[in-house]
Amino acid sequence: MTSGLWELVLKGVWTTVQLLVFSALLAAAVSFVIGLARTHHRWIVRFVAGVYTEIFRGTSALVMIFWVFFVLPVAFGWQLVPMWAGTLALGLTYGAYGSEIVRGALNSVDPAQKEGGIALSFTPAQRMRLIVLPQAVPEMIPSFSNLLIELLKGTALVSVMGMGDLTFSANLVRLALQQSAEIYTYVLLIYFVIAFVLTRLMRGLEKRLKAGIGREAGTEPAARELKRARTTGVGGGVA
Amino acid sequence: MKWDWHAVSDFMPHFWDGLLVTLQALALGSLLSFTLGLVWTLLMRTPTRWVRWPVGVVTEFVRNTPLLVQLFFLFYVLPEWGLTFSALSTGVFAIGLHYSTYTMQVYRAGIEAVPVGQWEAATALNLPRRRTWTAVILPQAIRRVVPALGNYVISMLKDTPMLMVITVLEMLGQARLFSQQRFQFTEPLTVIGVAFILISYLASLLLRALERRLVR
Repeated sequence: MTSGLWELVLKGVWTTVQLLVFSALLAAAVSFVIGLARTHHRWIVRFVAGVYTEIFRGTSALVMIFWVFFVLPVAFGWQLVPMWAGTLALGLTYGAYGSEIVRGALNSVDPAQKEGGIALSFTPAQRMRLIVLPQAVPEMIPSFSNLLIELLKGTALVSVMGMGDLTFSANLVRLALQQSAEIYTYVLLIYFVIAFVLTRLMRGLEKRLKAGIGREAGTEPAARELKRARTTGVGGGVA
Repeated sequence: MKWDWHAVSDFMPHFWDGLLVTLQALALGSLLSFTLGLVWTLLMRTPTRWVRWPVGVVTEFVRNTPLLVQLFFLFYVLPEWGLTFSALSTGVFAIGLHYSTYTMQVYRAGIEAVPVGQWEAATALNLPRRRTWTAVILPQAIRRVVPALGNYVISMLKDTPMLMVITVLEMLGQARLFSQQRFQFTEPLTVIGVAFILISYLASLLLRALERRLVR
């Protein structure tokens, strides 16, 4: 491979990382909004949030990307820059998966903690901010870590729309060199390295957050794997 | 926004063709992933690390890299090595392999959830290793893992559109072909979007019913 082609791959890495960061931020925002809405005391809020989750979790990420790229401009006249269209499609889809994680973690906080808040006459917002969330968020991190890996894998889908991400650059290199084994091996390795770094970062974050509430991070890899099997991102969390 | 019902009715025959291919890929991919996943789990339980270590690395690698790139890899690299398969078989193999790395964890959790007493009872009855697995452990483990496996079948359903990139004409492939011929994107894409939501919703209802029957 020539240095020019490597430059292409590096550009692809940069696009992938940018897309990953933006869509992860959007997905996190959606997860929290929808997840909180699903534990709301009004049934209508819970219902609307539930419909959102079912719709966005029910459809395929690739179909959603096609829809945002081809149907939104025609049907509603919103022509988005590819980066934002990709961010929107991925963020909304993976946010729906994330909302299940948030809901699960919020429900797993000991009810006595909320009752304690009521006894101390905290307002609902204070209870959420000062009592429930600090205990729920560290519990979400392992599942969010898995979801982040799924999102990383999901970013490859935008290459189908011609966005110049890592997978797209691999296809270009394949066309240029007329041979595929080498470049696809490199690209798979790059994705694996990114995933590895992300896992490490999330583990560090979990440790810090758990130290904040005097708990130990689950260092046992088996426990993590078990949790992953239960809550893994794409479609995993239907139950 | 304009909606053309004629386009929908023109698309429907293609839709059913695509649905058939999607379900085919899903069924075969699920079978492959269930089988391969069990193989990985059992290999991970062998006593020598010379088996466990490579299997662990390979499955971790497959799990943490995009299915899309794996599809490209299999579709373009295997022919270079002199192995040619149809696009659909390549896709089924890729999906099956990818999801086997998830099902292996499900199986492992299921096997670990079998109470230790069951192992001890098998030892006390002097059952050979093979009988212990086939008659005692696996029947109990598999019962427990059915709901989790079902969830992965639903995930697989939602990953089948990726087969489009290797020229398989499943639902999304059919929709794209139709849109490109007619320059009508809204209707076919919306139809298959709704179809995916309906199918996965029905499947999750079915799964919940199955879960109630199997896991008590």
